Amino acid sequence: MTEPKQRTGQPVSFRGGGFAPKPRRWFGAAVFVTLIALAEWGTRSGFISALTLPKPSDVLATFGELYTSGLLFKHLLPSLSRLAVGAALGVSIGVSVGILIGLFSYMRAGLVPLVAAIFPIPKIALLPLFVIWFGIGEGSKYALIAFGTFTPTVVATYGAVDNVDRTLIRMGQSFGLSWWSIVRKIVFPGALPGILSGLRISLAIAIILLVAAEMLGAEYGIGAYILEAGSLYDLERLFVGVVILSLLGVITSGVIALIERRLLDWRA
Amino acid sequence: MEITLDNISHAYGDTTVLQDVSHTINAQQIVCIVGPSGCGKSTLLRFLGGLEQPDAGRVLQYGDPPEGCLNPLTFVFQDFALLPWRSVSGNISLVLEDHGIRGARAKAIIEDVLLRTKLGDFARALPRQLSGGMKQRVAIARALAVNPAVMLLDEPLSALDSQTRELLMDDLVDLWTRQPFTAVYVTHNLAEAVRLGHQVVVLSRRPGRIREVVTIDKPLAEREFGDRDLEAHQKHLWQLLRDEARAADAELIHD
Repeated sequence: MTEPKQRTGQPVSFRGGGFAPKPRRWFGAAVFVTLIALAEWGTRSGFISALTLPKPSDVLATFGELYTSGLLFKHLLPSLSRLAVGAALGVSIGVSVGILIGLFSYMRAGLVPLVAAIFPIPKIALLPLFVIWFGIGEGSKYALIAFGTFTPTVVATYGAVDNVDRTLIRMGQSFGLSWWSIVRKIVFPGALPGILSGLRISLAIAIILLVAAEMLGAEYGIGAYILEAGSLYDLERLFVGVVILSLLGVITSGVIALIERRLLDWRA
Repeated sequence: MEITLDNISHAYGDTTVLQDVSHTINAQQIVCIVGPSGCGKSTLLRFLGGLEQPDAGRVLQYGDPPEGCLNPLTFVFQDFALLPWRSVSGNISLVLEDHGIRGARAKAIIEDVLLRTKLGDFARALPRQLSGGMKQRVAIARALAVNPAVMLLDEPLSALDSQTRELLMDDLVDLWTRQPFTAVYVTHNLAEAVRLGHQVVVLSRRPGRIREVVTIDKPLAEREFGDRDLEAHQKHLWQLLRDEARAADAELIHD
């Protein structure tokens, strides 16, 4: 063996690491704050003209007015109830159909092409049809949101059911569990992670469609508020509406994260 | 309860995996099935448990299952098949719920089987918190909970490291000694076969046929790691399997 002193060793260069995002708690908020601060500075200094973008502080003031006048909840509550009813309908039917597609050959053969055919149709284009079918009132709005959330939920659900470990199902059968028990206690909980991540997309689509539905024949609602502001080129109010929608999106995503943490704590 | 394989043959597509397999599994004995990979030993076990149907031949059971038996033919799987979202006791109660056993009755059964498998302190743990050996003990506890007439073990120790495997073999011998049960034990590990089997059925490579049935008379409780006579049996089995295994290894996989 040679003397170790006489040789110069090269350190092995590090090439591992990465590919594993870790939580960085306040960074998301920091990005928001920076962007808004930038917009505020730009509009104040005249770098951004008042026609291009409203001043964030003005938007906030308009929001304050909306709140004090009591109109905020007059717009928000009907919107929230439409969102809740429509999304609940679409998601529950979507999950059921998705599980059926995941479990039965004929359901799969018959419904997968149908869902693929329905999915790319912009549901907004069908709004007149829904108005004829369900009337100009709440019915057509529920139907539009339900229909829009249905398709992504179905696709996410049957994908999730496909991914349920088959050995678990075979285990259930080997212990003589009933079909319904297997679906309820093995298939559904096993598919839940996939269903919940599909729900994020479905609910975002629901918010988009909510506005679309309210742009047609609604007196109150976030969509009606935005439409009115837009037709008057009142950018402050338009942005107030947009911010409310964004917040709605952030809140639903947060609620799903909460549900995931509660129901999926077994995933480590 | 006795169970008989009557002239079982089976093919997946064009590949015949089993041909004319007949054998009787005696009550309160452990029958080990060994054979080269792809010889259809796990398939045979699924026929025994009614999870698959053979193309030809029948699986027959004689006699009634014992009193209080909830699931006469009960599997223990290689990859444990525990529900990750249920705790240890939840995984066991899963197989009791469908029989209407809940509450205090279920609790008594769960406590009993957890004690028998040395898991008394882990009732509330989730599967992800357990080592491989503990997971398989939970699966064994779950199988015991339904008081099976025949246990069907599909390579139960193959996913475990060799030390854990030794420990679990001891546990299985203890369980059997305290209360003899009927079992069919599929494995590719000959040491497990000679340690646990009253009979060792040797299958040939595909299409699987019974090449020889080796009977080992030494009582389970007296068998130990590295026993001379067991090693002789193991050597004999390996001689039977060696060429089969080599030929099986050189075959293309048809799936």
